[in-house]
Amino acid sequence: MSNWIPLWLHRLSSPPTFYRFAGTLQPWAMTLALLLGAVALYGGLVLAPADYQQGDAYRIIFIHVPSAWMGMFIYAVMGVAGFIALVWRIKLAEVVAMQSAPIGAAFTFITLVTGSLWGKPMWGTWWTWDARLTSELVLLFLFLGVIGLYHAFEDRRQGARAAAFLAIVGVINVPIVHFSVNWWNTLHQGSTVNVFGKSTMSWDMLWPLLTMTLATKCYYAASLFRRVRTDLLDLEGGKDWVRQIAESEADR
Amino acid sequence: MPMNPTRKRRLTIVLSILAAAVVAAVLVVLALQNNMNYLLTPSQVQSGEAASYKTFRLGGMVKAGSIQRSSDSLKVTFTVVDAGGAMPVEYTGILPDLFRDNQSVIATGHMDNARFVATEVLAKHDETYMPKELKDAMAKAHADKPGIEKAGNRE
Repeated sequence: MSNWIPLWLHRLSSPPTFYRFAGTLQPWAMTLALLLGAVALYGGLVLAPADYQQGDAYRIIFIHVPSAWMGMFIYAVMGVAGFIALVWRIKLAEVVAMQSAPIGAAFTFITLVTGSLWGKPMWGTWWTWDARLTSELVLLFLFLGVIGLYHAFEDRRQGARAAAFLAIVGVINVPIVHFSVNWWNTLHQGSTVNVFGKSTMSWDMLWPLLTMTLATKCYYAASLFRRVRTDLLDLEGGKDWVRQIAESEADR
Repeated sequence: MPMNPTRKRRLTIVLSILAAAVVAAVLVVLALQNNMNYLLTPSQVQSGEAASYKTFRLGGMVKAGSIQRSSDSLKVTFTVVDAGGAMPVEYTGILPDLFRDNQSVIATGHMDNARFVATEVLAKHDETYMPKELKDAMAKAHADKPGIEKAGNRE
């Protein structure tokens, strides 16, 4: 039995270790995010051909779809971290869950705004109450609910646990968002990119989309690492390892 | 990893609440499955499913060649079809760019005898994206060999 993975994870979950680990990775993640993002934007806005049906207007897909995936992905991460926080009371898991929420809310908001901008010229409306649009709006409200609940408590760790609860119950909405276009008649079209099965997008349009997906993942990692580091310093304010960092900063 | 009793209890509580929430959500989804119809198709309307609605959304494809525009107003009439029915639609206003023959549309409005009077017409597009040259090539292949290349030929 190799048990170095749980051991390594256990060590990583200690705040000073994660602080250093995240500090090392953060600049790399940000650089990668900017590079991949630039490549994806060039590929999507310049290299990719116009669509046979929507012309150039479809190009907003390179922002809309990666943001939508990130909204769901970050919600899932928040749910898993919240679950670990509730059962094992690991401080780092609480911090990861709570610091993910604003990033996820931002991506979901971008999804709704770009979708609206896309819907007006193509469908003929900014908004309609179909299952996909409504469940995506519920996803935004869940993110905002988690943020609000977290800040409603005097004690931060108590707030984190209450909000983690809301987060894991709300995970149910993630498959509803994804499958809404299959379960109900919607104005929103079905999935273009399929992990299992054929994607209905030509390759010269698909690769910028997938590149942008990687870029947004890297951005999430970079943003999360930075937020978690700041929050850990705040949360562990009186501890020795934080004092050491503060002193070495003061010496410089 | 051995679990102490406190963690085990927390795990049980969290998992059972999660399970309860999943069951609740599945029941809601199943209940909505029947009631949350965003749109009705012409054949559903003709079989009387729209009788209980004053206004509803009608969804289907614009029948090729059925679009008739009035010369002195924004009035348009066209026929919306699905696999088993057809419905004449009347609309006054500006149509979305994607509105054309054989396009999926969703019209909101009410029945006026056998005719559907729409107050809003939305165009639905499919999930296929490809350059125009590829589309033309596929359409040509389709014309040469009917029955092959079904996917992506919904324009």
